[in-house]
Amino acid sequence: MSSHTETNTHGAGQHHGGPKIYTANLFALLFLTVLTIAAASFNFGSANVVIALAIASMKAALVALFFMHLVWDKPVNAIIAIAGFLFLGIFLMFDFIDVTSRVNFQPRNGPNMENATPAPDSMNPLKTPAPRPLDPAPAKAEEHK
Amino acid sequence: MSTTTTDVHAHGGQDEHGEHNPHHQHHFATMEQQFDTSKLGMWLFIVTEILLFGGLFVGFGLMQHQYPREFIEAHEHLKQLIGGHLFPLYGSVNTIVLLISSWTMVMGVNAAQTNQQKKTVRYLVITILLACVFLGIKYVEYAHKFHDGLLPGIFYSHQSEDLIKGTHGYATFFAFYFMMTGLHGIHVVVGIVLLSWLAVRANRGDFNSEYYTPVDLVGLYWHVVDMIWIYLFPLYYLIS
Repeated sequence: MSSHTETNTHGAGQHHGGPKIYTANLFALLFLTVLTIAAASFNFGSANVVIALAIASMKAALVALFFMHLVWDKPVNAIIAIAGFLFLGIFLMFDFIDVTSRVNFQPRNGPNMENATPAPDSMNPLKTPAPRPLDPAPAKAEEHK
Repeated sequence: MSTTTTDVHAHGGQDEHGEHNPHHQHHFATMEQQFDTSKLGMWLFIVTEILLFGGLFVGFGLMQHQYPREFIEAHEHLKQLIGGHLFPLYGSVNTIVLLISSWTMVMGVNAAQTNQQKKTVRYLVITILLACVFLGIKYVEYAHKFHDGLLPGIFYSHQSEDLIKGTHGYATFFAFYFMMTGLHGIHVVVGIVLLSWLAVRANRGDFNSEYYTPVDLVGLYWHVVDMIWIYLFPLYYLIS
């Protein structure tokens, strides 16, 4: 965004960045890699995923800003990159809302469950697999007689 | 050539040194405009890449929600037993290899920008070698999975007690694992081809501070490949 008093922002030997910054960036990235591996060995419950993705996003930001020159580039490239991640965020967000607000409409205690088979696997409706241990057991037929 | 270029000069096809650069195409006013246009196109392509892998990440997230227990059990098979502990050795080493290759890439771009032809070639060759190391480790990993029958979908034939059949969770995990790391691996192979092409051209002396667009754009591509792995690594190897 600086004024064009110098010859050019590109092409005439006037370059931003440089080996020192790149090397420092590499060490920052390696440090964050060690950090994310170390963090994964502790049990923070559901926060583990959040920590892992937060560190990954920091690393991705470092790569984009310094290795991909976004800090020094014309802003239009950064706008395109941010737009890409923004739409990915929308995609992920609506997906998250969908998954967390879903209700299982599979009838589990209806009147005609005498010969009920386990609900078909939603990913492979052609096969009826053995019931998964985590699933609630199908309703017993006796309860409804 | 030099006689025809004088016509181009009359149409403003002149860079700041008043000489026509052989790489300067006539439909661009300046070399800078030409460079910025190419770069803009590359960034648009990068966004399509982000969205391509984004869709796969969303699918992975959905299936992890569907099979939380299976996904955690299956991911243990991406780790190796080291000193009595399971540690994602291959994944960690590959992460470091790719990060270093990103650094050699950006150093190569920097060398091209500053007219250091030999350095450019050297950094590009190191980047190619690191990419090959990455693929080599990937090959060892895949060979183990193939041997254990930890394959996607109907090919899943793992026999041991820990990951019994009867649920689609394990096969689903490995379907996503092979699909995403495989697509990423294809990107690495494409990267090697592009980097080799650059190394040949750099060795020939095609690039200088006036014209290094291909080095810069392939560099951007290579960093995207690195960036995708930055997300793949924690999601596949570290989630517990």
